[in-house]
Amino acid sequence: MKIEKTGVVGAGIMGTGLALTLLLYGKTVFLIDSDKSKLEIFENDLIKNIRFQILFNAEWKDIVPDKLKHNLITSTNPEILNSADYIIENVTEDWEIKKELWEKLDSICKKETIFASNTSAIPITKQASVTKRPDKVIGIHFMNPVPLKPVVEVIKSELTSDETIKNTLSFLEEIGKRGILINDAPGFVSNRVLMLTINEAFYLLQEGTASISEIDEIFKTCFGHKMGPFETADLIGLDTILLTLKVLKDNLKDNKFTPCPLLRTVVDKGFFGAKNKKTIYQYFNLNN
Amino acid sequence: MNELKKKIKLFISEKIDITNLADTDDMFKQGFVNSLFAMELVMFVENEIGVKVENKDLMLDNFRSVCAIEKFIMSKK
Ligand SMILES: NC(=O)c1ccc[n+]([C@@H]2O[C@H](COP(=O)([O-])OP(=O)(O)OC[C@H]3O[C@@H](n4cnc5c(N)ncnc54)[C@H](O)[C@@H]3O)[C@@H](O)[C@H]2O)c1
Repeated sequence: MKIEKTGVVGAGIMGTGLALTLLLYGKTVFLIDSDKSKLEIFENDLIKNIRFQILFNAEWKDIVPDKLKHNLITSTNPEILNSADYIIENVTEDWEIKKELWEKLDSICKKETIFASNTSAIPITKQASVTKRPDKVIGIHFMNPVPLKPVVEVIKSELTSDETIKNTLSFLEEIGKRGILINDAPGFVSNRVLMLTINEAFYLLQEGTASISEIDEIFKTCFGHKMGPFETADLIGLDTILLTLKVLKDNLKDNKFTPCPLLRTVVDKGFFGAKNKKTIYQYFNLNN
Repeated sequence: MNELKKKIKLFISEKIDITNLADTDDMFKQGFVNSLFAMELVMFVENEIGVKVENKDLMLDNFRSVCAIEKFIMSKK
């Protein structure tokens, strides 16, 4: 299957990183967000962001940023996805939002179009079941920042066809990603473990066992991780972490996924991390 | 110190503490700055020095240190 026209729904952290990646690899991108300002920000920063990628990757040296801009079509109206070959959704981690979106896209898109969800934790089977094309629904858990992360989790549901898996893995290869194929479960492999780690780090902080920078430092220097749990949380988005923990708890019915009260408070106060320039680090400088 | 070098150092010092930064130090390797700062340096060279950075010049090596930036600008003048 030849995949030229791609549809990216949601222009937040993940959707914009993904749209940029697809453009760099020569794909046509239809980018949708219900919030027009998100689309405008992406368009305005596009040339700068393409140049930023060139700076770090000599592979892009021959790219003409202005040319790529012509391969981008943005809209708040998902109807423009009717000719897309492959859709990747990156909307807010909320089952009701994703459910409504898939139902709508199912009626808009060609019947051959593959639907991929870049969810953090919502089971793919559950998403597939609200469409009339469950064999063409698959999970791709991209890592953040998308242009810089070469490996992704690919999640097949009980209903995903072999053809969809094959087309997805070869599409990923075309855009410079290697997929690790796994079975469906809430949170898959990465977030089933990572969300608990971050949540427990919040408990440690709440209990006063260590400070935010001490906790991060232990992960970085003792374990050799590139980032500690709080730096990771700021990058992912504190709001998204809270939503993902809720999804895990709803789907696994296990209280161990109950979000730490401190995490809730921080998000309630509008601290979402790097994306709105209100990080957990800033929260503690302000409050302690 | 020449004017150009002064200007470069002033720009960098507005963003980070450069007390321990030698002119030849790799700012990225030594963790003085994160990768996003690289783009700020590119914008600085274009907007404040007035040197256009072409695609082929978009290499981190041109922006790693005070000396590298100076050398790059001189090569364009
Ligand atoms: N942030 C990460 O590190 C990360 C990593 C992998 C996967 N994810 C997942 O990717 C998805 C997006 O996360 P994000 O971090 O980009 O979130 P985000 O909050 O930055 O962006 C979500 C975007 O979706 C838009 N949106 C909401 N409802 C919509 C609708 N019905 N139609 C169109 N657009 C709509 C919002 O306006 C917003 O721009 C989530 O499911 C998240 O769990 C996030």
